[in-house]
Amino acid sequence: MNLTLKVWRQENAQDAGRFEEHQLSDVSADSSFLEMLDQLNERLESAGESPVVFDHDCREGICGACGLMINGQAHGHRARTTACQLHMREFSDGETITIEPWRSGSFPVMRDLMVDRSAFDRIIQSGGFISVNTGSAPEANLIPVPKEKSDAAFDAATCIGCGACVAQCPNGAAQLFTAAKVGHLGAVPQGDPEADQRVVNMVEQMQEEGFGSCTNHRECEAACPKGISISWIAGLNRGYLKAKLRGVDRRS
Amino acid sequence: MGARITSPSMESAPMNRAAALYRSAIFKKAIMAITGMVLFGFVLSHMTGNLKIFQGAEKINHYSEFLREFGQPVLPYKGFLWIMRLGLIGAAVLHIWSAIALTLDNRRARPKNYELRRPVQMDYASRTMRYSGFIVAGYIVYHLLHLTSGQAHPDFVHGDVYSNLIIAFQNPLVAAIYVVVNILLSFHLYHGLWSMFQSLGIDHPAVKGLRRPFAATFAVVICLGFIAIPISIVTGLIQ
Repeated sequence: MNLTLKVWRQENAQDAGRFEEHQLSDVSADSSFLEMLDQLNERLESAGESPVVFDHDCREGICGACGLMINGQAHGHRARTTACQLHMREFSDGETITIEPWRSGSFPVMRDLMVDRSAFDRIIQSGGFISVNTGSAPEANLIPVPKEKSDAAFDAATCIGCGACVAQCPNGAAQLFTAAKVGHLGAVPQGDPEADQRVVNMVEQMQEEGFGSCTNHRECEAACPKGISISWIAGLNRGYLKAKLRGVDRRS
Repeated sequence: MGARITSPSMESAPMNRAAALYRSAIFKKAIMAITGMVLFGFVLSHMTGNLKIFQGAEKINHYSEFLREFGQPVLPYKGFLWIMRLGLIGAAVLHIWSAIALTLDNRRARPKNYELRRPVQMDYASRTMRYSGFIVAGYIVYHLLHLTSGQAHPDFVHGDVYSNLIIAFQNPLVAAIYVVVNILLSFHLYHGLWSMFQSLGIDHPAVKGLRRPFAATFAVVICLGFIAIPISIVTGLIQ
């Protein structure tokens, strides 16, 4: 395949950045999107130019490290697929592909296509955990968990924290991510005792990070490589409003 | 479900709580949803009341007098009407305030836009909420001056609702404005009514599947009920 790539280049967080065009030939239709970028980078390096920086790790669609806006869609146009699992056969020969980083004030661009997603880490740190005493692992069946609840918790727990929801949302909202994390922990009995404090802490940390808010366009759900439902956002809204009615304030 | 761990805050709790709620987008969306519900309730009853025009002059004029007298002698003349009006003004102000505050926050959340962005499943109603809301707000001002206080009406007679409507909508331009704005209102309601459930966290399996049909049904019913009047008058069905 022959492709024209319109890639975002930016030296650092302060740099204004610009688009750069590259022609790439002999791209295998069986290569992944990231392998196609590797091919571009090999060529750039051998020509003595600096390679395009992008985040990646497992390349198996499970770690959440990769994240690219491909032709105006988070992780590209294929549903429920991360950029690393998107293959070049999804594109046509001679196509121009626009590649941009996630755009969000809360995800500053570090270089080229790599953004700083530590805002997500801070949301998790504020309450995305279950407090347990350390020691040997408890007997797994000690606390009965209803099947429906464990299934629901697993659905939410598939969130890999890639940030596609924020990237695709017209408002740059992080509600799907936060809802998935609050939801998966709150769905099971082990997470229930801290549920109110968790939702208040995480929602208010999300607010502090400067993310936008939900206007129910459902773009996040469509972009999510794990297909996480906006039902979790309804649950987040309900949980937060209920906790506030019970008088729960943020506490670290 | 055991006792939940909550936080008996040490510092000035009420102030912190108020500040946190004021900042909270979820809280503002809840305000938007609740005030939207109030405004929806008004629009539905207003539409139903207006349909009395099809029963003739006497019925609709009597209905408007009934609204002014309602609550007497406990309330003064027009007392009930003004309580409702103040409630609606309050709801509209809070609805618009939350919309503006959230829009500004959302603009700040993405300082640099994409060169290319392809929405996947946003619909026409959801992406035009701001515009339909803005146009409906402007229309309300005109509508009040036109058919409530009469300054924007060519030949306004207080209390004679029937002839005020007939004269107003014999002008095709005025009838067209009403029809177009009410279609925009129905788009606003289609997204707003569904959104209301989502913002308040109402998605119990028993109601979840009914949220879209509910929104679509009332958006259509309200639109048809309202536009029936200018259309019937401008086409001469009612004279």
